[in-house]
Amino acid sequence: MTKAIIGSPETRLRDAVKRRIAARYRAEFRFRLYGMIAIALTALFLLIVLVDILLKGLPAFTVHQFRFDVPVVLADIDPAKAKDPEVLRGADYQALVRDALRSHFPEVKDRVGRRRLDGLISSGASDTLRHQVVADPSLVGKTLSIAALVSADAELYFKGTGTAIDRKPGASTISVSGQEGPVTLSTSGSDFSEWAKAYRQRYAKLGEKLDAEVPSLLVALNGGLVKVNEISAGNISGEVLLPLKSAGDAQAGAWQLVTYLTPESNRRVKDREVAWLEALRAKGIVERSFNWRFFTSGDSREAELAGIRGALVGSALTLLVTLLICLPLGVAAAIYLEEFAPKNRATELIEVNINNLAAVPSIVFGLLGLAVFLNFFGLPRSAPLVGGLVLALLVLPTIIIASRAALKAVPPSIKEAALGVGASHQQAVFHHVLPLAMPGILTGTIIGMAHALGETAPLLMIGMVAFIVAPATSVTDAATVLPVQIYLWSDLPEIGFQAKTAAAIIVLLIFLFVMNGAAIYLRKKFERRW
Amino acid sequence: MEMIVNPPQALSRAKDVDLMQTPKIVARNVNVHYGDKHALKDVSVDIGEKSVTAFIGPSGCGKSTFLRCINRMNDTIPSAKVTGEILIDKDDIYDPSLDVVQLRARVGMVFQKPNPFPKSIFENVAYGPRIHGLAGSKTELEEIVHRSLKRAGLWEEVKDRLGDSGTGLSGGQQQRLCIARAIAVSPEIILMDEPCSALDPIATARIEELIDELRENFTIIIVTHSMQQAARVSQRTAFFHLGVLVEEGTTETIFTNPTERRTQDYITGRFG
Amino acid sequence: MASHIVTAFENELRDINRKVAEMGGLAEKSVVDSTDALIKRDTGLAQRVISGDTRLDQLQREIEDDAITVIAKRQPLAVDLREVVSAIRICNDLERIGDLSKNTAKRVLALKGEYQAPALLRGVEHMSEIVLEQLKEVLDAFGARDANRAMAVWKRDGAVDDLYTSLFRELLTYMMEDPRQITMCTHLLFAAKNVERIGDHATNIAETVHYLVVGEQLADERPKSDASSMTSVAYPKG
Repeated sequence: MTKAIIGSPETRLRDAVKRRIAARYRAEFRFRLYGMIAIALTALFLLIVLVDILLKGLPAFTVHQFRFDVPVVLADIDPAKAKDPEVLRGADYQALVRDALRSHFPEVKDRVGRRRLDGLISSGASDTLRHQVVADPSLVGKTLSIAALVSADAELYFKGTGTAIDRKPGASTISVSGQEGPVTLSTSGSDFSEWAKAYRQRYAKLGEKLDAEVPSLLVALNGGLVKVNEISAGNISGEVLLPLKSAGDAQAGAWQLVTYLTPESNRRVKDREVAWLEALRAKGIVERSFNWRFFTSGDSREAELAGIRGALVGSALTLLVTLLICLPLGVAAAIYLEEFAPKNRATELIEVNINNLAAVPSIVFGLLGLAVFLNFFGLPRSAPLVGGLVLALLVLPTIIIASRAALKAVPPSIKEAALGVGASHQQAVFHHVLPLAMPGILTGTIIGMAHALGETAPLLMIGMVAFIVAPATSVTDAATVLPVQIYLWSDLPEIGFQAKTAAAIIVLLIFLFVMNGAAIYLRKKFERRW
Repeated sequence: MEMIVNPPQALSRAKDVDLMQTPKIVARNVNVHYGDKHALKDVSVDIGEKSVTAFIGPSGCGKSTFLRCINRMNDTIPSAKVTGEILIDKDDIYDPSLDVVQLRARVGMVFQKPNPFPKSIFENVAYGPRIHGLAGSKTELEEIVHRSLKRAGLWEEVKDRLGDSGTGLSGGQQQRLCIARAIAVSPEIILMDEPCSALDPIATARIEELIDELRENFTIIIVTHSMQQAARVSQRTAFFHLGVLVEEGTTETIFTNPTERRTQDYITGRFG
Repeated sequence: MASHIVTAFENELRDINRKVAEMGGLAEKSVVDSTDALIKRDTGLAQRVISGDTRLDQLQREIEDDAITVIAKRQPLAVDLREVVSAIRICNDLERIGDLSKNTAKRVLALKGEYQAPALLRGVEHMSEIVLEQLKEVLDAFGARDANRAMAVWKRDGAVDDLYTSLFRELLTYMMEDPRQITMCTHLLFAAKNVERIGDHATNIAETVHYLVVGEQLADERPKSDASSMTSVAYPKG
């Protein structure tokens, strides 16, 4: 029976069909595979970008401060004069903070040393002290515990971009010639020659003189720190960075060879500053806290003082203007076009143009804003009002298209039902169609707003690229917006701004995610099936 | 077990000669064009008061088009052009001075797919009376809603959940809700455009029973694809084909002994 | 007429019609045979008529079942509905015709060995011929869907009735004259009555054909002229 069938046309046909089905399954599998590869690649790149931004940006959300007890004794202000807020505001609080820091290192008397020491605290370190005293003049004459912001360089050092430090206990007895200034060290063992041997492998230039091109060697003994400048046979000379408590010998194990692994010429904080910062850290004066200032202060030329408040306020004001213009205008236009406009050449032309408008590069809107709003109407430059107007032009087509789609998605049966019980056309639209289309319209609006939030180019054209410290208080004040702030910071040479840029990007991304999330939530929540 | 009774009188020898002496609706030479398409050609027909008239015919024959002429629903289609004369109680409904909103309050409509508003059951029924200002107070409005739901045979099923969404009801209940919504504005005429095409036989039977009850107070025109349904619920039947009203007469005549060959071929399933 | 879109429906209707036609042929044959058997005293033929009736009964049941199935499945309307209803009615009439023929055939068996009087048989034979003609005509009218021919049959039924009345009178007279013929005459009387009833069924079929073709029930009374129920014959004096 089976034999008879083999080779019959039906069997051959069946086999061919089977083969074709197998080929179809393979094709389907390949297609799925390509899709998965594409998605995996996209996800990978996204992950890389996100991880990179997070790694760079997260440190900017913490900040280091020195905790000082500062006696508020102002040279030109006695408690009697302290009643005048102008005088109080104008006083030199920075000097108080400086003095507090210098009190930890009384040995630093030279001008260069003092300037370097002062350089460890930020120029904005006294801001909180000033605010406190101005707010409460009775504090004059009292001692306050304040947190002084460290400088950008010190901040970077604390975040680990300075140098790695290697500490090795001394194996023999060491003696030192003095407590301050240039000293000579002598040791009974071979600690120094072994050190030199160990580092010569990597630094061929390492000779008897230790210059800035090789790792710095320091000796911690007797509660002080000596920087070694020369290692020659039997003569080890150096300079005291932190004064020693005594000039006596230090036994084996009681002293340490300290190595700053990054050569001094390769870092912004020099050996002396590292020594101070480490000393301060050892004293427990350095505090680490969340960087509220990033959100509460405006832009600054100093990386440690710069914040995004100005940009946030600017973005908020700009988006507010955009929303106030876009939503009513866009929805009204969409309703008219979708429900009331006669279908003829003119409306078709308008429709095509709205769709085209959505595809116009944003820079063109910037130029338009420059020409129309600034030059023709004479509106203030750099203002959120103009920015909002320009972004409104940019987003309007998106909102009109989204709203029309949402209106179109409402089944005509609902409108017919309303008309059928005698509602007028307008009643049918406003009582039934519009409420049902509203979630879609809002989703479109939020996505449009998110688009506007991230837009940079047109705002550059209307001058929102200015350096503005004070956050705007009205829509006509000069302001900048988040993406422009990012653009500005990314251009700055200071290393401290790299982290700020990444942090600002994180903030912007969070806002975008939240807005898109809100759009998705709205869509899911009000999604309706007919 | 509730008995679902189909109107036996539909096929009985009920003489409706006097029914046609004072027709509710008089249509004369009605033509409808959709752009270039001549959808309805010279339709002239009288429709009796407080009776059920069924429009039957193959798809695209113009029966729905004609139905939508009666409450000027075709006005919502920009390309539609209606000529001829349709009189309701001797008023020309295409008279420019006639208010179309007022007309639609007089001529209610029930659609093919149940289309309750995505609002509460109460709001669905209350919407019409509210926009027409038919109720002076909240109690009056509640009264109207109550009465309409009762007449639509839905009251017992929904009285405890008037606040629930109308779209949560079953298909048949939704359609009865739509009927309640239509009768809430006290129309004289109810147009039904294939009201049972989306329903199961039991729900269909309920609607048919309801139509038979509503016949006491309303003039009903029903478009249907089911010839059995037309035979069951209507007193008169009109057969449309290719935009032409081929034959109109008592339902009994149309379904047992139609005059026109085309009618006979259609109802016996001989269209080729 | 164009055929149905649903071929199965078309076939079912054709099947019913074919069975009705078959029944018509069988009924005709049973009428012919039963009359022949009566006249020729052919008991074998009579036996065959009696046994042949079961086929008619079976066909009638089949047609009714088929018709009910079609109504349930296809919900026929207009001409189709009339076709199905007509088939049910006609098959009932034909079944009754078969029964009546069978009854006549049974009487042939009962008359076995009775006195023969050909003169008596002639009247029945003549009547049977006329009725047979009627039946043939009406079945042809049904086959051709010809209402006019059917109406012609319908109108001629009066003649059969008249014939029966006179035959009735004649047979009564015979019985009065010669009581030995009472058995014979009574049976013949019933046979004649059977033939007359067959004529009535033929007119029923004619009415059905009229309904089938025209679509309306016949409103007029059928021309009845069977006066036998009011006929009496006075007993001859002396």
